Amino acid sequence: MNAAPDKNKLIAGATGPWEIVIGMEVHAQVLSQSKLFSGAATAFGAAPNAQVSFVDAAMPGMLPVINKFCVEQAVRTGLGLKAKINLESIFDRKNYFYPDLPAGYQISQYKNPIVGEGEVTIDLKDGESIRVGIERLHLEQDAGKSLHDQHPDHSFVDLNRAGVALMEIVTKPDMRSSEEAAAFVRKLRAIVRYLGTCDGNMEEGSMRADVNVSVRKPGGPLGTRCEIKNVNSMRFIVQAVEFEARRQVEILEAGGEIRQETRLFDSRAGETRSMRSKEEAHDYRYFPDPDLLPLVLDQAWVNDIAASLPELPDAKKARFMELGLSAYDASVLVAEKETADYFEAMLAAGSEAKSAANWLNNEYFGRLNKAGLSITDGPVSAEANSAILAMVADNSISGKIAKDLLDIIWSEGGDPKAVVEARGLRQVTDTGAIEAAVDAVIAANPAKVEEVKSKPKLAGWFVGQVMKQTGGKANPQAVNAVLKVRLGLPDDA
Amino acid sequence: MSDPTEFTLAEARDAVRGKKISSVELTQAFIAAMQAARPLNAFVTETPDRALAMAKASDARIAKGEAGKLEGLPLAIKDLFCTKGVRSTAGSNILGNFIPPYESTVTQNLWDAGAVMLGKTNMDEFAMGSSNETSYYKPVLNPWRAKDSNAALVPGGSSGGSSAAVASRICLAATGTDTGGSIRQPAAVTGTVGIKPTYGRCSRWGIVAFASSLDQAGPMTRTVRDAAILLGSMASVDPKDSTSVDLPVPDYEAGLESGVKGLRIGIPKEYRLDGAPPEIDALWQKGAEWLKAQGAEIVEISLPHTKYALPAYYIVAPAEASSNLARYDGVRFGHRAKGTHEIAELYEKSRAEGFGAEVRRRILIGTYVLSAGYYDAYYIRAQKVRSLIARDFEQAFAKCDAILTPATPGPAFPVGAKSDDPISMYLNDVFTVTVNLAGLPGLAVPAGLTANGLPLGLQVIGKAFDEATVLKVGRSIEVAANFTSRPETWWRAP
Repeated sequence: MNAAPDKNKLIAGATGPWEIVIGMEVHAQVLSQSKLFSGAATAFGAAPNAQVSFVDAAMPGMLPVINKFCVEQAVRTGLGLKAKINLESIFDRKNYFYPDLPAGYQISQYKNPIVGEGEVTIDLKDGESIRVGIERLHLEQDAGKSLHDQHPDHSFVDLNRAGVALMEIVTKPDMRSSEEAAAFVRKLRAIVRYLGTCDGNMEEGSMRADVNVSVRKPGGPLGTRCEIKNVNSMRFIVQAVEFEARRQVEILEAGGEIRQETRLFDSRAGETRSMRSKEEAHDYRYFPDPDLLPLVLDQAWVNDIAASLPELPDAKKARFMELGLSAYDASVLVAEKETADYFEAMLAAGSEAKSAANWLNNEYFGRLNKAGLSITDGPVSAEANSAILAMVADNSISGKIAKDLLDIIWSEGGDPKAVVEARGLRQVTDTGAIEAAVDAVIAANPAKVEEVKSKPKLAGWFVGQVMKQTGGKANPQAVNAVLKVRLGLPDDA
Repeated sequence: MSDPTEFTLAEARDAVRGKKISSVELTQAFIAAMQAARPLNAFVTETPDRALAMAKASDARIAKGEAGKLEGLPLAIKDLFCTKGVRSTAGSNILGNFIPPYESTVTQNLWDAGAVMLGKTNMDEFAMGSSNETSYYKPVLNPWRAKDSNAALVPGGSSGGSSAAVASRICLAATGTDTGGSIRQPAAVTGTVGIKPTYGRCSRWGIVAFASSLDQAGPMTRTVRDAAILLGSMASVDPKDSTSVDLPVPDYEAGLESGVKGLRIGIPKEYRLDGAPPEIDALWQKGAEWLKAQGAEIVEISLPHTKYALPAYYIVAPAEASSNLARYDGVRFGHRAKGTHEIAELYEKSRAEGFGAEVRRRILIGTYVLSAGYYDAYYIRAQKVRSLIARDFEQAFAKCDAILTPATPGPAFPVGAKSDDPISMYLNDVFTVTVNLAGLPGLAVPAGLTANGLPLGLQVIGKAFDEATVLKVGRSIEVAANFTSRPETWWRAP
């Protein structure tokens, strides 16, 4: 998809530059009240085995019944990935033994997934946009959890997760750097969060990435890939890709061969380690699950879901740019749904787009970052920020007072307008009062008045004095204008 | 009052409803008969206390005028059905201590209709077998014996406990399940009636799975009318089984006597087996004549892919079984081997100790045919054969309304006669597996005796969800055959 290799993304080896080729398999937990094939709850953090139905525990004679809402969520996600929705898909059994897999098989979709090819556009820091192809999305059950650290002689099993719906989203090998890989996951996460189909919480494991990495000489044939399992943060994705690519380059340059294998990322050591080779891979004995009929969707139902899709990051970004925002500002605002929502709440409260964006980027986000707060946890509402900007726009307060006011609202709360009134922060625009203050400063400083006639730049000193006298509330433009007249300065001074 | 165990299900229903006998009296008579018939080994678990409690509750409902369709009628339940609070073994050691905390949909339907549970019947382990010899709980004996012989015969399988219990009149009727013939073959060799309904007619929820795409529950009874009555209460759509079908359950009993006049009965030429006993062919011939005499038109039909059915079945069924039985791992329920130190060892030992030889054989076959590199050659081809067999029937049903075949290639055989020869054992299902592969309804009805006095049955196959026609044809055969023979009660202490 990306024609000529970008020199900046190549890694240098002893034998020349190498290109990294990355594909991903992302497991995203479907946001739903109950599991894919049972009515058991899915909430995170419940006591072990508190959310397990007879179906989840694979009791004899129990049968799976598809959760329609999970199907709807998968379709919604597919549509959000601009992907083909397959009106007929099939659930297969993937057979293997493990204590946290109660039935001895996972119900998944093998040959006929619910969603086919699509694409995601990722925005890189330098303003470049790259399209990453989506190969497929399928629905499958999560497994339970084996706990090996609870007892010296026994392993424990928690089946709360067993049967929870996952979407496995597989990309084409379209990424060429660790930065692109991380940007892809960030963008995918934004999309599913906008859609409300996955909460994107990587710490709780709601989103996990398996990263396929290979290296090749630029433009050469694809190399043998290694799959790095369960990389669960953007930072780890970058580290894992970087480490793995260099490991492979070293092997190849030493005359070795890459073995196709599954590797684990050790986040403490920052390295990948071999888990199992292709030869040791399970034979999963996939076959269509006879307990489930083929999943047949109605095109009209899919259309209804399509019609109900929310505005997604790319569309929102384009709309924000039409409102006068730079590409950079727009992408910052749309990266997280909550940020975009906050910005839009300011627009709804009457703020002008460009000044709201500047205000958020220059003032509010900095304060949030410093305090380690997310936009939803921040203490100042969009309406309050909008009210502050409105007072700047109508000259009720100066830009400087606006920042002070934000600090006050941040720490003490309250209605910005009321605070301005109560604390007398309103900007003085009354010419009479400003003239009086100017006259007082001129009268008190005859020497400076002489000086300014030969050095017009000294006018700034007078502005400062007037502002001081008015407690910062005087409108600076009005002060300038009065000073110019009183001191007899030229207009361009 | 005459012996209440002589009642058919229909007669007992009418007697209880007409207050000629209480459910408790009826139930006590069957409990006594069940306990007297222990030499048959038809039950894995007897539940007399529960039966009496249910009977009492039935009598109370009858007194209040709230009788259900099967009110107060004692039934035997194949041990493949999970019954809440009552051990459900599936004939296996691995489920020897398994007491389900839930009730299967089919049995729940029966209790909702007022039926009484006498106990759980013995069966081939996980329903894998045609003789009841693979049960961990020892073989069931057929109440029938050949003329002038005391040799123990098998009651068929896998629903052999149910067939023996019905034939020996130690229950009014029983439930069975049929994956390749497990209702029809034991019914045929015990002189009883059994119907495997259309796939999807009865819910599979709560029935221990053998081969999910083939398994169906059905009734095993003494008469066709009883089968019609029991099926009507067992069948239902079930939101818990995605493969159950949402079609109204007709009143099967109502149309039973409407006769076969004008019906076209297909005779498939491929069901004439080389080397089959001439008695089988003769009985089949006779069956066709009976129907013709009652006004049916006999038409020759062809089911050309019949010869591939048995091999295809022995790929599809073990494949599904190998996966369905993976859950018996000793981790959450059932048998767990002692003294193991790591997980693979726990699996291997628990499963080796828990499963019998036939189950292990089928798990191995199933695992093999699903393996990478073999899947296309075996599983996919078997599925193609399955489609062809279904198409054979579709085309045949363009020319006829029901199909008549022998039910089995022969009568009950001696215990041990085929245990060492799985292929010859598998051949018992040669006439029945096609019906499972096509998902159609099939009925076995007793039609005569062999020269040495053992029962033989005929099979009626119908269109999907046309159990009504199948039962009607079965009833016509029953009338013509006038099968009144019954086994000597040798199992009772003199």
